[in-house]
Amino acid sequence: MAAINWGYGISKPRAIDIDRNNLRRSDEILHEMPELQSCIGCGSCTAVCTAGNLTEFNFRKVHTLVRRGEYEGAYELMNRCMLCGKCRLVCPRGINTRGVVMLIKRKLGDF
Amino acid sequence: MKRRVVIIGGGVAGMQTALRLHAAGIGSVILEKDSATGGKLRDWHKLFPTFTPASEVLDPLRRAVGAAGIEVRTGAEVVGLDGRGAVLADGTRIDGDAVVVATGFTLFDARIKEEYGYGIYDNVLTSADVERMLNEGTLSMKNGDRPRRIAFLHCVGSRDEKVCQRHCSRVCCVTGVKQAMELKERFPEADVFNFYMDIRMFGSGYEEMYREAQVRHNVHFVRGRISEAAPTIDGRIQIKAEDTLTGRPLRMSVDMLILLVGMRANDDNRRLADSASLTLAPSGFVQPADPFLHSVESGAEGIFCVGTVTAPKNVGETLAEAAAAADAVADYLKNR
Amino acid sequence: MNRRNWTDYQKEIADDRYYYARSCIRQNFFPGSERAFLNILHDDLGRDVLDDPLHTSCTGIGYHSDIVPLETIMTVVARQFSLMNDAGYENFISSCITSFGVYTEILSTWEEFPETEERTRENLFKATGREFRKPKSLAHTSDIVFHFRERIAELAQRRLVNVETGEPLRVVEHIGCHYAKIFPKSGIGGSEFPYVLAGMIESWGGECVDYPERRHCCGFGFRNYLVQANRGYSIANSHKKLESMAPYKPDFIVANCPGCAMFLDKWQYAIAEMEGTTYGQGGRGIPVLTYEEMAGLVLGYDPWELGMQMHQVDVEPLLDKMGVAYDPAAKYLGRNGKFIGQPDTAVVNCCDAIYDIKQ
Repeated sequence: MAAINWGYGISKPRAIDIDRNNLRRSDEILHEMPELQSCIGCGSCTAVCTAGNLTEFNFRKVHTLVRRGEYEGAYELMNRCMLCGKCRLVCPRGINTRGVVMLIKRKLGDF
Repeated sequence: MKRRVVIIGGGVAGMQTALRLHAAGIGSVILEKDSATGGKLRDWHKLFPTFTPASEVLDPLRRAVGAAGIEVRTGAEVVGLDGRGAVLADGTRIDGDAVVVATGFTLFDARIKEEYGYGIYDNVLTSADVERMLNEGTLSMKNGDRPRRIAFLHCVGSRDEKVCQRHCSRVCCVTGVKQAMELKERFPEADVFNFYMDIRMFGSGYEEMYREAQVRHNVHFVRGRISEAAPTIDGRIQIKAEDTLTGRPLRMSVDMLILLVGMRANDDNRRLADSASLTLAPSGFVQPADPFLHSVESGAEGIFCVGTVTAPKNVGETLAEAAAAADAVADYLKNR
Repeated sequence: MNRRNWTDYQKEIADDRYYYARSCIRQNFFPGSERAFLNILHDDLGRDVLDDPLHTSCTGIGYHSDIVPLETIMTVVARQFSLMNDAGYENFISSCITSFGVYTEILSTWEEFPETEERTRENLFKATGREFRKPKSLAHTSDIVFHFRERIAELAQRRLVNVETGEPLRVVEHIGCHYAKIFPKSGIGGSEFPYVLAGMIESWGGECVDYPERRHCCGFGFRNYLVQANRGYSIANSHKKLESMAPYKPDFIVANCPGCAMFLDKWQYAIAEMEGTTYGQGGRGIPVLTYEEMAGLVLGYDPWELGMQMHQVDVEPLLDKMGVAYDPAAKYLGRNGKFIGQPDTAVVNCCDAIYDIKQ
């Protein structure tokens, strides 16, 4: 029987599924840099971000997704970072944001 | 002439007020509806942000009340009051020269938020259950297992139009942080997630505690409110929320879901207020005469209010306010 | 599951003399169900129900697809009430969940905004010369079956029990969104733990399955499935539910909404074709019943008279489990004995390969 052309497919779920995600890399990242957990999502880093003002790179969002085990694309996005260091100047929690960029790139290079 | 103040409620607010009045040479009688003094604190384990055992606050207060010979009537439910005394459920009238309302608050009944399955699914607990179980040393899953993943939900019965509780209960946020740390210490292998709408760390040392929970205890804070809890086939609980900081729905199963229940106004505030022309705020808490210079006066002649009967407060604030209330009562009696 | 809290939500359900409003689509997808409801009420329970040919669609489909304006649907609803008044009935019952939602919402709107009721009265009078009184009670027909569930249990010819094992059948109950998600108080058991179908299942010997996506919508949603470009996320909802319930090995699904029953049934075929996933025992699909079909089987009605041959997922395995006697050769014979046509064999529609009437 010929395959049916339905004109649509079953949409894939958008939800972050913590049960399905492998949190091992995320745990390693947080173990090496526990201060990343203290992010309060203020967005200062993204507001000052040189790359984020010109591309869709959103540092806050990417590292939050990584902490939830959503690694896909994180490495490529972190490559947008110009390592200018402005984000570290403004972070009210004193997070070594440049260090976070380097750490995520190191841990997730193969994603 | 010996003056006597009628204090309604034998929790920390009522006891501290009686003790401060005693220090000023004014006698009082405490009317407590339960069988013992201490109020909600009797079932509490430790107090934020110092992890002080609740008994270390409660026991000295109770001992001092005993040592001062302050009259305590337990099982005394007040159904009406005026500036010269209170009427008990059995019709007895207790007379005095002034009245202090220290009747506290009611814990929000988590069963009303049906979507979280409290009372329906095992291992859905409230923050009050956790305190009691920590006290009893019985905190575990229903089957006795150690939880591997725990979720806290902030604002259950607070800031919620749907259950007619628009106000912020203030203390639940820091309680959630405190209990997350306590559970992490008890179950170090467990992952702990706190789901919050806002984190309101209003007190001294609270923000530091929050940061410690994040950095030292690796507690995950997810900004988003759990929408529902449902059972999984292996007896766990599936929860859904939005991870608002990434803009994506999020789901996971947990072994234990802890609902941080809010403080709501007592149902009988209305009856008491009507009997004595007190004003209630829209939240149902008793409204003081004004929030600045007369925060412990009710606005009605001879009636004062103290502690969580007027708004959600922590223990420290309540104890301090009790001193202010005793001072205001003493002033009032002196000028009469 | 401890469902004790359903008793917090009660509503008055009339005991007799109902004015019946049919559904637009049920007679296509589950053509025997409305007939079965009328027969059960009339013949088994001795109740008076008026099946009035004068009433029309409530226009809910058009309303939810942005074709029918609010003023129009209010006027149509007012006309149904007027017809009920003419016939001398006061208890309005609707076969469709969308209609039930439309009626509850409109009655509530008239309550909150009396000027909209006045305007409706003017419109109805201008258009038809009619006036109307609001019903004394409004219920969904699943409420009515729920109301008589214990009486039906007394009259039962068989129970929701596996005759081979003696175990209760495991049933997934699915409640249409507009039954209680608009007004929790309008549904038995409220919106989170509705008891309307669960109560029937428990009274008739079955066991409800509480699975993670129990409360999730089937994905029907009118404008969503009506537009082909949106159907991907429409079907994804049913897919999500089926995936979630599958590990519990339910014997069947029962729904109280026309769209849900249709979706949960027919999408099983689409999912099988699209991604090769099949659910249910032996991958033959999970049968999806209406509550009238469930009640009918319990009361001993013939499954083909109930219209169960029109299901996408074959019901024979369930009938065998329940010990229901049926004539395989009569499956595709209509009421007059005429062959009504037979669908091609498909993944979830393969019982004919076993019970092929041509052989």
